[in-house]
Amino acid sequence: MQKGLFKVLVIAALFAASVLGGAFAQKLVIESWRTDDLKLWKDVIIPAFNKHYPDIEVVFAPTAPAEYNAVLDSKLQAGTAGDLITCRPFGKSLELFNKGHLAPLNDLPGMENFTDFAKVAWTTDDGATTYCVPMASVIHGFLYNKDLFDKYGFQPPKTYEEFMDLLAQMKKKAPALAPLVMGTKDQWEAATMGWHNIAPNYYGGEAGRRAFLAGKEGFHTDGFLEAYKALAQWAPYLPRGYKAVSYSDAQQLFTQGRGFIYPAGSWDIGVFRQMNPKLNMGAFKAPPPAGATKSYISDHQDIALGLNPASKNKEAAKKFLSWLTTREFAELYGNALPGFFPLHNYDITITDPVANEFLSWRQTSEGTFRMTYYKLSDQKPDAETDLWTASVNILNDKMQPEEAAKWMECRLASWYGPHKHFASELNCK
Amino acid sequence: MRRKPFPWHITVFLAPAVVIYTVFMIYPMFASLKFSLYQTVEGGRQLFVGLGNYARLLSDPIWSEPFWNAFWNNVVFFVIHMTLQNPIGLFLAVLLAANIRGAWIYRTIIFTPTILSVVLIGFAWKLILSPTWGIWFPLLDRLGLGDNEVAIALLGHESSALITLSLISVWQNIGIPMMLFLAALIRIPHELIEAAQVDGAGSWRIFWRIQFPLIVPTVGIVAILTFIGNFNAFDLIYATQGALAGPDFATDIMGTFFFRTFFGFQLRPGDPNMGATVAGMMLLIILVGVLVYLYGWQRRMEEVQF
Repeated sequence: MQKGLFKVLVIAALFAASVLGGAFAQKLVIESWRTDDLKLWKDVIIPAFNKHYPDIEVVFAPTAPAEYNAVLDSKLQAGTAGDLITCRPFGKSLELFNKGHLAPLNDLPGMENFTDFAKVAWTTDDGATTYCVPMASVIHGFLYNKDLFDKYGFQPPKTYEEFMDLLAQMKKKAPALAPLVMGTKDQWEAATMGWHNIAPNYYGGEAGRRAFLAGKEGFHTDGFLEAYKALAQWAPYLPRGYKAVSYSDAQQLFTQGRGFIYPAGSWDIGVFRQMNPKLNMGAFKAPPPAGATKSYISDHQDIALGLNPASKNKEAAKKFLSWLTTREFAELYGNALPGFFPLHNYDITITDPVANEFLSWRQTSEGTFRMTYYKLSDQKPDAETDLWTASVNILNDKMQPEEAAKWMECRLASWYGPHKHFASELNCK
Repeated sequence: MRRKPFPWHITVFLAPAVVIYTVFMIYPMFASLKFSLYQTVEGGRQLFVGLGNYARLLSDPIWSEPFWNAFWNNVVFFVIHMTLQNPIGLFLAVLLAANIRGAWIYRTIIFTPTILSVVLIGFAWKLILSPTWGIWFPLLDRLGLGDNEVAIALLGHESSALITLSLISVWQNIGIPMMLFLAALIRIPHELIEAAQVDGAGSWRIFWRIQFPLIVPTVGIVAILTFIGNFNAFDLIYATQGALAGPDFATDIMGTFFFRTFFGFQLRPGDPNMGATVAGMMLLIILVGVLVYLYGWQRRMEEVQF
């Protein structure tokens, strides 16, 4: 009797599962590190998608940025990861693809809406397979407080020399304000907002980056070394106690009008609009050294979305990914998150004037991405973390630019094939 | 003679602790040790390498430099706790044991930071010491240190960051030695102290001749607890300085070094095998400390127990 009851229960449960499974066959879960955007996805992006596909339920389930990589890895290994996976650029995603945790998306309808440059961060080294749909890039530059500039009669600089002059004047005329609002405590700003921001002008953008990858240039040669030297000049103009000023401290200082210029990533625009809607901001791109004929900006592929091959709803997931390639999504995303610039080929309008200013630099300058992200950080010691340490040490006056450059080059040359010859040239130990 | 029946009730009482401890502590510990003897090769396969990972950790400069840096930082961290936290904790305990008025209020206040979350403590101190708006500044200005480079950025200088963090940790954890010492002091029979007083001994003498010798076993326990706690520490550094334990790894201790190795950081994917190796070294260090305590200290203590 009891056995019979058990059987009935099992059958009922199986039946219920199959029916329910059918009803929710169209549910998609998105893994992401963009906790800041949770509301945006819930209120804007997913409803817009559901207008076209009302039967697909989409859940945006982000993890804190610092933990995302580790959490995602363990979920993928345990087989509990979501259907769609937000892709970090370069190495991390390539690793996931090589392990079979991201599906190839070459044949996805809509992929033709991206240039090769847009896709490079999520394409195999031989260029054959793309495995994530590019969503947005971030651009580096400098934000400035327009009201303070007007008050003291300052103009945005055109060259790096003008930039340094301007900083010196600021220090003289307004000693209570910080000329350049950045700290070195959290370390990444010094490398990201500092070195990566200004360096492309010194090493010559993509061409310089390729020469570096091929082993023709090193951190200690030509433009690369010049970039360290240029960064070293910032130290006297940083806020009081900058060695203990964190990223959020710097954001607060700038939005409260306690400093003139903020070395920025474009994603800061949206954050600043929320922190102080009255702040009158302007922007200028990383000023090239005097006499330069071309200017370069850091236009870094930052975020994309890929498909988990273990997903049970691949068809629905592909529909969603295809929708990400449309003009509708590009305009929605670019305007909802000023400072995240869609990578699509469309000519879209961004309403935020400062974000637009950043975007306009794509016309006047040549873009390149943060050079340490590609290949140079695949092994330990990775060039990106070393760049954080080196940039901070330069600004904290612990290393001279030449010393920092040599230290980085020796560490890279210890494992990166094309640079092995520098190890003997530099007498690395 | 009849044999006593097997004491089943003891098994019943021990079982829950043994099961839980085995599942959540002993098994993971051995699994982690086993993990440190392997390396992940192409395709995610685990390859047995014996003590290869340990050799690499101690001989390859890419691993050994951060390892020894973290180790020595950890030693500094421990020495500061031993020389400040425990003597001050003892001093406070003696004061509280002397029946001063409102002792329970002090006891509660001093113990409060210990029960607060470390993340909260780290955040609060970060704000207190922040060069942008720290409430630390009026005090500095009054002391004439308002322009002192190091004083305005205590957490940003290599010379001061580790000491500052150690002191924050001392401030937070001082309640634990205080409570342990207090419990030991209260246990001392009152007649002993009264007899000494009748004989004309002062407080200083009573402390060194009667109280201290009788709480020496607790001193050992506090020392070993501090040792284990410090070489396992992680959260305060992570909460205030981040996983990179800046500036320039000046505050990197075993726990943060392990975290970065195991889970990876920013662009660097984690290396669980090497992470397990670092954890194995932490276990070894703590094991050596505990053995020294057991054989060098506790054995001798048993001979002098009252």
